[in-house]
Amino acid sequence: MRNSYFWDFKNKFLQQVLSLLYNNFRLEFRNRSAVHGILLYLVSTVFVIYLIFAQLEEMSTWIALFWMVLIFAAINADFNSFRNESGNGFYFYYQLCHPAAIIFSKLIFNAFLLLLILALNFLLFFVLFGNPIENTSLFVLTLLLGVLSISSTLTLTAAIASKTNNNSTLTAILALPILLPSILTAIKASVLSGLGFGWEECSSYIITLALLNVLSIALSYVLFPYLWRS
Amino acid sequence: MKYWWKVLTVILLSYVLIAGLLVEVPRQIILYETIRNLYFHVPMWFSMIFLFFISVVYSVKSLSGTDLKHDRKAVELVNTGIIFGILGTLTGSIWAKFTWGAWWTNDVKLNGSAITMLIYLAYIVLRGSLEDEQKRARISAVYNIFAFVLLIVFIGILPRMTDSLHPGNGGNPGFNNYDLDDNMKLVFYPAVLAWILLGWWIATLRFRISNLQQNLFT
Repeated sequence: MRNSYFWDFKNKFLQQVLSLLYNNFRLEFRNRSAVHGILLYLVSTVFVIYLIFAQLEEMSTWIALFWMVLIFAAINADFNSFRNESGNGFYFYYQLCHPAAIIFSKLIFNAFLLLLILALNFLLFFVLFGNPIENTSLFVLTLLLGVLSISSTLTLTAAIASKTNNNSTLTAILALPILLPSILTAIKASVLSGLGFGWEECSSYIITLALLNVLSIALSYVLFPYLWRS
Repeated sequence: MKYWWKVLTVILLSYVLIAGLLVEVPRQIILYETIRNLYFHVPMWFSMIFLFFISVVYSVKSLSGTDLKHDRKAVELVNTGIIFGILGTLTGSIWAKFTWGAWWTNDVKLNGSAITMLIYLAYIVLRGSLEDEQKRARISAVYNIFAFVLLIVFIGILPRMTDSLHPGNGGNPGFNNYDLDDNMKLVFYPAVLAWILLGWWIATLRFRISNLQQNLFT
């Protein structure tokens, strides 16, 4: 009996996550201005950098600018990711879903969003400034892990900030210092892979990134129900 | 004797001040007399981390119940920890000026301490922007736990992988290898205990004040 209850719960949970995720995508698709705004923000920022620098001589400048654009686009993209769940919509979700289902659907959705931003950012930098990275496959792995880590940290921070009134500044204040561990680790690994180092030199950074990822997802899972209840 | 540890703090601190400034220290090149800063700079960081850790414990307690006392304890511990962090940065900055030649260097540990300060100042700002007490206790506790765990991973792991000017990192010998002799240990360990106890004392006083304010105004 207990076993069947568990399976029932598990199926329901998965179902909730999937339908919430579907709902998130549908809402974003219906009102595309938010995503379009972020992508346009990204394109104009990179274009401004292109007009200022014309070409990037040094690999370290390339990486620094790449991450700066990525981080600020990510903060802009994620900071109001709970706008549908605050206010009246909150009561609707509160009755229907398990809080963990909500945070998981948000985590997955934000990861998708940031991967989209990452892809566009990479494309723009590649086209406008060329590719100075020696070990591209390791660089891409670092980027993926770094972006996932950023998105999972930002999701919980956005949930915290959505509970306060002055949203936009607070998200940056709260998020930037706790993003720094993943950002600094990711930048170290990207510089190493940019110089052409292989797996042996970078592995400790990549493992740290993965660890930070797992930690922030686990903490989101544990802590979000308390936020939700308030 | 309920307050024996306060007496102990006073005795230990006077011992640390007197012995720390007078007892013979090994004469190291570059360091010379500044090595005495070890008794003041390093314990500041130990006390800060201790206070922040206890604050997280109270944040967990405040999440598991509705008692606002735990929340007040958590915030007062953070406030005291910030004071110790500022003192640690100042003593470190002075030490750096006389040994490394600059007030601030791009060092992993320095950056880590700066990030710590930013996180806890953000915690204070977050609390300031929430009106409702129960909500404030809950949300700031969530932030406190989340930030502390990521911070510990960061300052626990990253400095061990990169070069640092600090002793014990990046090929630099640690103090305990050869130049922290028995004389220094006799002062250093009591100093750590004394500063931690002092931090705890200040935090309990602050907590009592905030409790009194709470009872007066509500």
